[in-house]
Amino acid sequence: MKSLLKHTALAAMIGLSTPALASVAYVSNEKDNTLSVIDTETREVIETIDVGQRPRGILLSKDYTKLYICASDDDTVQVLDLATRKIVDTLPSGEDPEQFALHPNNRHLYIANEDDAIVTVVDVDTKDVLAQIDVGIEPEGMAVSPDGKWAVNTSETTSMLHWINTETFEIEKNIVVGQRPRHVEFSKDSKIAWASAEIGGTVHIIDVDNLEQIHEMSFKVPGVNQDRVQPVGIELTSDGKYAFVALGPSNHVAVVDAQTYEVLDYLLVGARVWQLDLDKDEKHLYTTNGVSGDVSVIDVQDLKVIKSIKVGRYPWGVVIDPTS
Amino acid sequence: MSFLARTVTPLLIALAAATPLKAESLDVRIGYLQWLPDQGPVLSNVIPEPEDAGLRGAELAINDNSTTGKFLGQTYSLQSDVADSEEAAIAAFDAMRENGLDLFVVNAPASTLKTLTEKAGDNTLIFNAGAEDDALRTGQCHVNLIHTIPSYSMLTDALGQWLNQRRWDEVFLITGPTEADRNWANAFRRSARRFGLEIVEDKPWTFDADLRRTASKELPLFTQARDYDTVVVADVRGDFGEYVPFNTWLPRPVVGTQGMSPVTWHRVVESWGAAQLQNRFHELANRDMNSEDYAAWAAIRAIGTAVTDLNSANATEIRNFLFSDKFQLAAFKGRKVTFRDWNGQMRQPIPMVHPRGLVATAPFEGFLHPNTELDTLGFDQPESECRNNG
Repeated sequence: MKSLLKHTALAAMIGLSTPALASVAYVSNEKDNTLSVIDTETREVIETIDVGQRPRGILLSKDYTKLYICASDDDTVQVLDLATRKIVDTLPSGEDPEQFALHPNNRHLYIANEDDAIVTVVDVDTKDVLAQIDVGIEPEGMAVSPDGKWAVNTSETTSMLHWINTETFEIEKNIVVGQRPRHVEFSKDSKIAWASAEIGGTVHIIDVDNLEQIHEMSFKVPGVNQDRVQPVGIELTSDGKYAFVALGPSNHVAVVDAQTYEVLDYLLVGARVWQLDLDKDEKHLYTTNGVSGDVSVIDVQDLKVIKSIKVGRYPWGVVIDPTS
Repeated sequence: MSFLARTVTPLLIALAAATPLKAESLDVRIGYLQWLPDQGPVLSNVIPEPEDAGLRGAELAINDNSTTGKFLGQTYSLQSDVADSEEAAIAAFDAMRENGLDLFVVNAPASTLKTLTEKAGDNTLIFNAGAEDDALRTGQCHVNLIHTIPSYSMLTDALGQWLNQRRWDEVFLITGPTEADRNWANAFRRSARRFGLEIVEDKPWTFDADLRRTASKELPLFTQARDYDTVVVADVRGDFGEYVPFNTWLPRPVVGTQGMSPVTWHRVVESWGAAQLQNRFHELANRDMNSEDYAAWAAIRAIGTAVTDLNSANATEIRNFLFSDKFQLAAFKGRKVTFRDWNGQMRQPIPMVHPRGLVATAPFEGFLHPNTELDTLGFDQPESECRNNG
């Protein structure tokens, strides 16, 4: 009996010191300089981690051991060790990093330097800056195709998608899209790229083989002024069924048929919804809502919003660790 | 083999796209003209206004356009002239036109602007980045004149909506002695009628004492009235207005041209990516971006957006594009800006600021409009005699 109690106590202690038992979502809070850690079972914030100034883009290493954080106002990328949830390192990032993308080789990190009109490529193992590529004004969105061939940067004021060859680090094609492109998402087979234009109010579908636009989507949220329908984050289900598009200050997420590009529904979430991520089995979608300071959880099967979780001020990015 | 084919195809496409663009490179030349009459001596001249307001915004927009242009084989250049008289401004305009320019950004009084517009031929486009006079938007329109600076009415409607929303609807209005002050006050009186505000006192500022010595004595007496919710100041050049806050008879907030003000642009606007624009501007000019800078920047960015789409610098084609459904410009105010086709005014949200913070941004929810909420600010189509596009 006594030994059982002891074991329980020990287990509880272990539970406290090794947090990676439950599946978790990480949310960057732009105006709080913190990350909120959400337990995806209980859907509650279980920890808040102090990070650098103005954290925005966050992403997981391909082996799910590290979280990279753009600390924009510190001009650095921080490395969070997921086992201990401590900042263990920083990477050279160029000025004002906002979004970034990691190549499937798990080494080349493509960072958009918003104030400098360049994309910096860093080797995360050696910390060498491999290249700095001139792009348009206010580079923002970054994506690397799953097959590793293309890195795409969106420049907000130039309104272009810059297609960077990941072997030569040179721009091979520029595609003009709607005003203020924010985010690019590739289909799992790397054949289609989805790009959102916030002020244009459009999502552009690009055929990656030909590097040409094959479709342009727009959105009409009932009862919401068209000016407030501003697409930002995009998330695709891996079965090719749905695309979810965060529509910013319209406070809605569009559910799109990823094959026909038809909008199936608009789901009401928190205020100014920006980024999205699916959980491990793609049953739930998490959205960051900047102005209301919360995260909405959408049931993907029922296409219903089931919960909102209060996080820090101006939540920006969200990623869910599929291994946790 | 199939691997080879896959790698080679995108490279070929890229080469094909890059070559013809270089061959037909396009140079877009834009003229910037500034003439600001002497404001006369002012009392609250502790913090002077920058003399290159407008010009530096134009320069920044040229840089912004050029960055886009380098991917498309388009270059942009600015010819600027800061004149010290109306005659000099007109002479500079003539010289630029002789030099082949037909795209202009002008930061000058309404009368000068009208002279320039009348002198300009058909295939000329002039952007007004300085004159806020309502008359230019209600009757004295010109098909080739476009306004990126808001009118006084847009500013005072923003303020009127805000006061209505706060239910601070009893107003003590103080109007300065200049024509601009009277124009601003007239715009505010119209806004007061539109948004259900009552002007309980409407007093002209006539004192000529130096308020730096006597503000605390004179203003409490001047603002005596039975009651009011706010004091609204119309002092466009900044003569006495800075001395009104905290010196009123009743403990009331001061709004208008001083205190909390509706403005085109201000350092404290940082949302919607504006922080990046502010940083870029500061790096260029070593000072904060103000309303005139913003208006000049927006004008040249509008030209750039048209050129990107048209691959042409023809003034008439650009003009037609600006009024078409295809035109949209991300201008760091939270929603795209477009142009009113009846009078050429750029629709835009109006920030309400105090010197160190943003208070709110108009239009406000609940002020409805059948087309766009942005048209609740300023003279709407039925209220304007202008029909620039038929």
